[in-house]
Amino acid sequence: MNTITKNIQELAVSLLRDKTVDIVIGFKSGTVPMSSVPFVAKTTEQARTFIWDTHCRLNLANYLTGRKEKIGIIAKGCDSRNIANHIIENKISREQLHIIGVPCSGMVDKVKIASEFTEEIIEYTEQPDSFVVKTASQTKTLLKKDYLRANCSTCMHPNPVIYDQLAADRVTEPLIENQFADVNRIEALSRDEKWQHFDDLLQDCIRCYACRNACPLCYCPTCFVDESDPQWVGKGTDTTDIRTFHFLRAYHCAGRCTDCGACVEACPMDINVRDFTRKLNKDVFDMYGWEAGLDIKNRPPLDTFNPDDPDEFIK
Amino acid sequence: MEIIKIKKSDWAGGIDKSRKTYHLFGPVKHKNHHIFRQLENNIYPDMEYMSSVLSPKSVLFPQSQKILVTSADASGKACHIFTPPEQDHTPRAVIGIRPCDAKAVQLVKLNFDTKEYQDPYWCSAFEATTFVGLAVNTPSVLDFSTSAGSGPFAQEGLDVLLVDCKDHYLAKILSQKGKEFLNTAGFNEKEDPKAADQVIQQMKISAEKAICSVIQTQHLKKKTVLELYEAPFWEDIAFSCISCGTCAYVCPTCWCFDIQDETQGKTAVRFRNWDTCMPALFTRHSSGHNPRGEKIQRVRQRFMHKLKYFDDKYDQGIMCIGCGRCVEKCPVNIDIRDICNLMNAYKPEKESDAGEIKGEIK
Repeated sequence: MNTITKNIQELAVSLLRDKTVDIVIGFKSGTVPMSSVPFVAKTTEQARTFIWDTHCRLNLANYLTGRKEKIGIIAKGCDSRNIANHIIENKISREQLHIIGVPCSGMVDKVKIASEFTEEIIEYTEQPDSFVVKTASQTKTLLKKDYLRANCSTCMHPNPVIYDQLAADRVTEPLIENQFADVNRIEALSRDEKWQHFDDLLQDCIRCYACRNACPLCYCPTCFVDESDPQWVGKGTDTTDIRTFHFLRAYHCAGRCTDCGACVEACPMDINVRDFTRKLNKDVFDMYGWEAGLDIKNRPPLDTFNPDDPDEFIK
Repeated sequence: MEIIKIKKSDWAGGIDKSRKTYHLFGPVKHKNHHIFRQLENNIYPDMEYMSSVLSPKSVLFPQSQKILVTSADASGKACHIFTPPEQDHTPRAVIGIRPCDAKAVQLVKLNFDTKEYQDPYWCSAFEATTFVGLAVNTPSVLDFSTSAGSGPFAQEGLDVLLVDCKDHYLAKILSQKGKEFLNTAGFNEKEDPKAADQVIQQMKISAEKAICSVIQTQHLKKKTVLELYEAPFWEDIAFSCISCGTCAYVCPTCWCFDIQDETQGKTAVRFRNWDTCMPALFTRHSSGHNPRGEKIQRVRQRFMHKLKYFDDKYDQGIMCIGCGRCVEKCPVNIDIRDICNLMNAYKPEKESDAGEIKGEIK
């Protein structure tokens, strides 16, 4: 058992034993290699099944919306920023939460790992900086730093921004020169190439809405694509309808997205949904110097009004 | 029983010959995975594939299908009358379908082709289709088909079973449709059926032995609906579910659909789209009432339908053929194998809990 897992279990057990919280939300092991399962512990026994590894890719803030209990929650950097978002947007109160922060050294990209092998992966074991992958005919040791998810490799906030306790020592926060290099590459494309890029990106979308449902920002009681009166968008596989869904969802996330990558993780078709949200993150950063969820005092720029706003149109 | 030998060097030629009579569908590598789709003239099925991300159910049941069209143009004959669009039901063949996926088509047939009603779209497509299956020599670690009423060499639902023997295929003819397909493709080198079948049997035994994942289903039928319905484990299972449609969309046996009307100008089209029982919208009534408004109710419904109600209604085993797609693709790793085993092993704490409606009926 790694140290972070051990610390998370101990902290969760004592929170439940002392009745500081009613439940603790964390991860338990999955049933297939390179997976984990969001899990709620109500007993100390259940809290002893919590794990922490580089497959805890989903964002647990997604499980907070509308809950009434006193909640313990395990939060890496991005989860904590989405918890901050939830607090700002009144989806949960700070007093309701006991946050066990986990300074994060990044999650690995299971699709990238799988693409290294022609056979299916039958076993995966983790060491501090590397992992061992087994297929039917070979065993390979690979370095974590070479297989980080794209969003983890540009992350500058791996430490939780709000927490009550930490399950490990803080990690060094990297300074990334150009954190939007991927967006710049798309911006530099010609009009036709851009069209081609996004056409290709969405070609496989099956509208299962896993991206939306894995996203902590998407908590609307009824999403616009599910409205029937009026019906804003068709429900079939028409490319215009598929694009409308992705474009509008991305705009709803502008200034709120923490680039946690849960959307990409959840997509069964391996679509890099972040190509949309990243562009809006960049625009909001360029225009307002804003990164979402860094504290619980300031509201996102598209959610506030300032009487001395420099733009005329809004006055 | 007839068994035909197809040399791999003759394979592409035979496929090309068959194109003159059949529209071909098959597995094709696409980005990180394989998909089943119609094969253009220069595209061949990738017979080395392991599994396709979506099942071949879409060959008969597309994700979005036009079923009726009408017009508001008063000058036309069809004004205000919904009529089915022209559909192509010339012969088609699905090449390389895995045996468990072919069995799934038989389960879906129970819904679309009943004594009382035959779905015209699905049934005509089914009639037109020949299923040329490919036996699975090396099953995936997620394959639990042998304990889900199918198997890597199962024949149910297939017209031909192809067995990959390195430099050639052995093609076991299982129906008249299958015989016609092989004839059309020009595959006619007969093998001694006894000897060839022995080879196939040997390979079948070793493929089945290689399956390392099993589910237990033997007690499901005996249990009452209410005892399982009220079991305490649903809350834990449902917690992680994000109510997306991944499991249903990748499932070869999920057949639910939604009807949508769309208009543009003076034309109206009625579509049938895949639907999924995981989001709350699936059962929301126009009154606003929702019998499955809570996530726990929907997660329970999925597994009760697949593993209990289906067998109770049709007496055809469970509504799962063990392909492993949902296990692999569920974003939160909800594993039907674990849930099936939990349900199968579940015993209510008190005898009196089983099968009784507790409290007043509201």
